[in-house]
Amino acid sequence: MTARTVLQPADITRALTRISHEILESNHGGADLVILGIPTRGVVLADRIGAILEGIEAGTGTVGSLDVTMYRDDLGHQPTRPPAPTQIPAGGIDGKTVVLVDDVLYSGRTIRAALDALGDYGRPRAVRLAVLVDRGHRQLPIRADFVGKNLPTSVHERISVRLDEIDGVNGVEIDGVEIE
Amino acid sequence: MRHLLSTKDLDRATAIEILDVAEDMADVATREVKKLPTLRNKTVINLFFEDSTRTRTSFELAAKRLSADLINFSAKGSSVSKGESLKDTAQTLAAMGADAVVIRHSSSGAAQVLAESDWIDAAILNAGDGTHEHPTQALLDAFTIRKRLHGGASRGRDLTGVTVTIVGDILHSRVARSNVWLLTTLGALVTLVAPATLLPAGIESWPVKASYDLDATLAEAPDVVMMLRIQAERMNAAFFPNTREYSRGWALTDERFARLDADTMVMHPGPMIRGLEISASAADSSKSTVLEQVANGVSIRMAVLYLLISGERKAVL
Repeated sequence: MTARTVLQPADITRALTRISHEILESNHGGADLVILGIPTRGVVLADRIGAILEGIEAGTGTVGSLDVTMYRDDLGHQPTRPPAPTQIPAGGIDGKTVVLVDDVLYSGRTIRAALDALGDYGRPRAVRLAVLVDRGHRQLPIRADFVGKNLPTSVHERISVRLDEIDGVNGVEIDGVEIE
Repeated sequence: MRHLLSTKDLDRATAIEILDVAEDMADVATREVKKLPTLRNKTVINLFFEDSTRTRTSFELAAKRLSADLINFSAKGSSVSKGESLKDTAQTLAAMGADAVVIRHSSSGAAQVLAESDWIDAAILNAGDGTHEHPTQALLDAFTIRKRLHGGASRGRDLTGVTVTIVGDILHSRVARSNVWLLTTLGALVTLVAPATLLPAGIESWPVKASYDLDATLAEAPDVVMMLRIQAERMNAAFFPNTREYSRGWALTDERFARLDADTMVMHPGPMIRGLEISASAADSSKSTVLEQVANGVSIRMAVLYLLISGERKAVL
């Protein structure tokens, strides 16, 4: 068992800054942009991206959250989990470009649930996906548009994303058995 | 939590969790699509041995909003009227594969009997059993009080220090009992007011104050005044001389209503008998939470159904 840090606090900030620029670039500016974080840590990352966007181009950092608990396909296979609040910005999502934000992209099932949930709130013009870490092992045909770091992992390893607002520290660690 | 039988079983953390999940469920009612796919493969059975409109339709709407299949089963027009026992009815429902059974019965403890038996393996939700308990009503009352007091900042809060006066037919009221346990668990201070004949024996052991004098209690300016219906159908003796006598002493009349503080909540679990326990102007005023209670009831029942049957079913001990 080993634990090693793969992203330092400064790396996270740099990755989020780059992602923010990429979002603006691909959207040809900040018009009709809605950033939705997926609880728990995706919401923190969405807030940070929103703040960075606001710094680059004022009025573009419209941020909300989208809880996917009620849309998961594995509810019956684990103990009951309480949902988290969803906050859709006042302007809604109809006709907007929605950027979903999560910390780790793994099986893709959370994003599948998020797409279903989104459909019940309205009809966005386009949906994009931004993640801090893409660790591979997809089980569904889903891919991220904006990635902080691609991290090839084994399924036996664990990725822990720690963010100051929740965990008191910033950093991404990988631990678990390393394949010789 | 495997069943919901009584608010006595709920500790403060569990009660707040239910209320918080209900907040999320309430948000669903404001969306474009008022439906969640969460309980798509589940079956909920409404097993009602007593009349009900509010509770039955509320559970029905809650189950449907969560995409569960729902079957209404009322004693009238079923084999129960031919003499079938609770056991046989339960086993029939079990054979049909029910995941949750919502039961209302005129006998206190009927839900408990069903939960403790090995007749059926479903989650049992007590929707009122005799004069014993009506837990979802108490939960929706607590939710309504919390929402009025704290609005959007309700999540995670309890009801510490909130003064609640419950007035009327305490003796026959399962709503009063469920509210006493739940509201005191959440930190509220409860006072029960009724004529001596309608206060249950042994009330000294309840965590409440009791009084015969409504005017004296209202003078203490409670935050919440909850009026109860006179349950004539459960009264097999004369508990008060006549309804006018009762109204004079214990109804929320126009005159008493006018004395309430501006932000006092007037609650009633319904069905109301206007003119007997509550005046029409009190029932229709902005202080009245009656319709909020109905709307919140759907959210609370969605939360309870979600918490009871969405997760992995643990092996029965």
